[in-house]
Amino acid sequence: MTSNPYLPAMATIQEVIEETPNIKTFRVTLNNPEIKKNFSFEPGQVGQLSAFGIGEATFVINSTPTRMDYLQFSVMRTGEVTSKLHTLSAGDQIGVRAPLGNCFPYEAMKGKDIVFVGGGIGMAPLRTLLYYMLDNRDDYGKITLLYGARSPVDMAFSYELPEWMERDDLDTHLTIDSEYEGWEHNVGLIPNVLLDINPPSKNAFAVTCGPPIMIKFTVQALAKLGFKDDQIITTLEKRMKCGIGICGRCNIGGSYVCQDGPVYTYEQLKQLPNEM
Amino acid sequence: MAQVKFIKKDNVSAWLEELGQKHEVLAPRFEGDSIIFRPYDASKGFFIEREATAPPKKAIFPQSETLLKFSNIKDLENPEKVALDVKENLPDSSWVVFGGRPCDARGFTMFDRVYLNGKHVDAYYKARRENTFFITLACEKGETTCFCNWVGSGPSDPTGSDVLMVPVEGGFFLEAVSDRGASLLDSSLLEDGDSKQAEADKVKVEADKSMGEAQDLSKAPEKLLAVFDNMEHWEEMSAKCLSCGACTYLCPTCYCFNITDESDGISGTRIRSWDNCMSSMFTMEASGHNPRPTKAHRLKNRVGHKFSYYPDLHDGVISCCGCGRCIKSCPVGVDIRQLVLSAIAYEAKEAAND
Ligand SMILES: Cc1cc2nc3c(=O)[nH]c(=O)nc-3n(C[C@H](O)[C@H](O)[C@H](O)COP(=O)(O)OP(=O)(O)OC[C@H]3O[C@@H](n4cnc5c(N)ncnc54)[C@H](O)[C@@H]3O)c2cc1C
Ligand code: SF4
Ligand code: SF4
Ligand code: FES
Repeated sequence: MTSNPYLPAMATIQEVIEETPNIKTFRVTLNNPEIKKNFSFEPGQVGQLSAFGIGEATFVINSTPTRMDYLQFSVMRTGEVTSKLHTLSAGDQIGVRAPLGNCFPYEAMKGKDIVFVGGGIGMAPLRTLLYYMLDNRDDYGKITLLYGARSPVDMAFSYELPEWMERDDLDTHLTIDSEYEGWEHNVGLIPNVLLDINPPSKNAFAVTCGPPIMIKFTVQALAKLGFKDDQIITTLEKRMKCGIGICGRCNIGGSYVCQDGPVYTYEQLKQLPNEM
Repeated sequence: MAQVKFIKKDNVSAWLEELGQKHEVLAPRFEGDSIIFRPYDASKGFFIEREATAPPKKAIFPQSETLLKFSNIKDLENPEKVALDVKENLPDSSWVVFGGRPCDARGFTMFDRVYLNGKHVDAYYKARRENTFFITLACEKGETTCFCNWVGSGPSDPTGSDVLMVPVEGGFFLEAVSDRGASLLDSSLLEDGDSKQAEADKVKVEADKSMGEAQDLSKAPEKLLAVFDNMEHWEEMSAKCLSCGACTYLCPTCYCFNITDESDGISGTRIRSWDNCMSSMFTMEASGHNPRPTKAHRLKNRVGHKFSYYPDLHDGVISCCGCGRCIKSCPVGVDIRQLVLSAIAYEAKEAAND
């Protein structure tokens, strides 16, 4: 980041991937060679993307620092900025303020089994950590992935799913909410499927991300499986503006999600005022 | 020994004009029924006999300011391609804020911890802060809404000021608080101040006495958290509140903002403007979920931030300077002192019932 933390670095969109009817993935590269050379980030960090004239919004950098050819953001269309971003295509200019926030405790997770539980667009931050771990595969134990969406068409990164299914160093499970023609994987809500998979909690970490209601029931399921609060990691979504702990928008008590988060253990969350 | 001077009441306007040659001067004056800080205009004078209705917050944190300017540039060779030019818009003005009260100047020291001393430095705030001088008027007597002495301050607290003025017979005793304050005292309109020192000290002591007994707020951080989950309590506390946000806009220590873009054809600006945690949209998330759906949730955050979260993060410093403006200007009479005291008393009540 520059000495002016509100000044975005300009970037060029290299590729736009249509993930689902309302999610698009943008692969971008920073324009300024100097900034590009010095840019680094850690899995879990976020960025503010600018659609100039409309505004900025927060997105997870869902590429991995182990593959720096481009920065990748997946954007679900919900409002003004996200709708504008959805109109952009390869070659267009975009502003990037990144990296912001904290990251997954990927060092502390070394040597452990990892259980990923992602719901919908919540798969984005998990994807970063997943690839980071796959690129440093020997550092981690058994990796289980459970990814759920409402229906097959709502599954982001679908072009990567076959590879995830095939890898023998990754135990992948997919689920959708209700029956769908041609669907060969699980049908059922994420927490229930998780209980069926029954991953061991000993010497393990679970990382979950998705809509608040999914996280709530997933955490309950993980507790049933024996995961302690400090073994459960999640990321929070609060409304943000500055992204740097100044504008006062995203606090939970004395914790600023934009700076002290978005990654928290469930144990940390329990110590904050109850304001989810 | 700090440099001390004296200025005759009749010479103050001339001094302001003199300062105005080097800096822009902001002074309070009547505008309708309100006393507001405005660029000093000799023909309109100034009014410093009472605390201003609104603090001089704008000097360093404007209600609305342009952060960036951007424009789209068409490539004539290749009309499909549009390049973007983005420029920062850092301020370069220098201000003298004249006639604010100690609480007003001290208020910015609470901004400083967030805007200057956090992980990121706010470049816009920094540029203004470094070029803004405070000539502050000590209070002779507290008003009924004042409680600066509860929050670790007092009517002649020099914290955050560059020059402190104390009213004495015939004029003002002037005391340089900072080095840059001393530079403001270099004027032929000012007289030697040593002979007025004793009188000024007496005014300060009398002012301290006028404040009455300070309440002990040291337990506020933990007690506000203890009452956090009792929504019945907060609903009662916020029953009258209209969510109008006046309390935040008039507060010298409220610093929240929003950032929005405005476009004008192919160019535009990115603007920062004051925002406030009493409004329901402040925390509305894209999913439609709102962690602070009611005014009770929002009021407890406002009080909690100032008297609990902020002190926990910043060496126990309370993020309220006790100016009393939110009490004076709340249309329905919500009193932040009562909110804090009832939180402190609340747990005591629980304990008594055990
Ligand atoms: C840490 C973090 C990481 C994130 N990562 C991702 C990610 O990887 N991918 C992703 O797609 N999203 C992500 N998000 C969410 C994303 O930031 C939001 O979806 C985005 O900010 C929405 O911006 P917008 O301008 O399009 O929406 P806005 O136009 O601001 O509006 C969005 C919603 O806000 C509410 N709203 C706003 N104004 C009004 C009004 N006047 N009246 C009523 N309701 C209103 C509504 O619910 C509306 O639908 C993340 C968020 C955070 C905090
Ligand atoms: S000024 Fe009074 S009514 Fe308005 S938001 Fe503040 S407490 Fe509520
Ligand atoms: S909370 Fe009220 S009394 Fe405290 S500084 Fe703000 S306006 Fe003044
Ligand atoms: S987004 Fe501004 S403080 Fe977190």
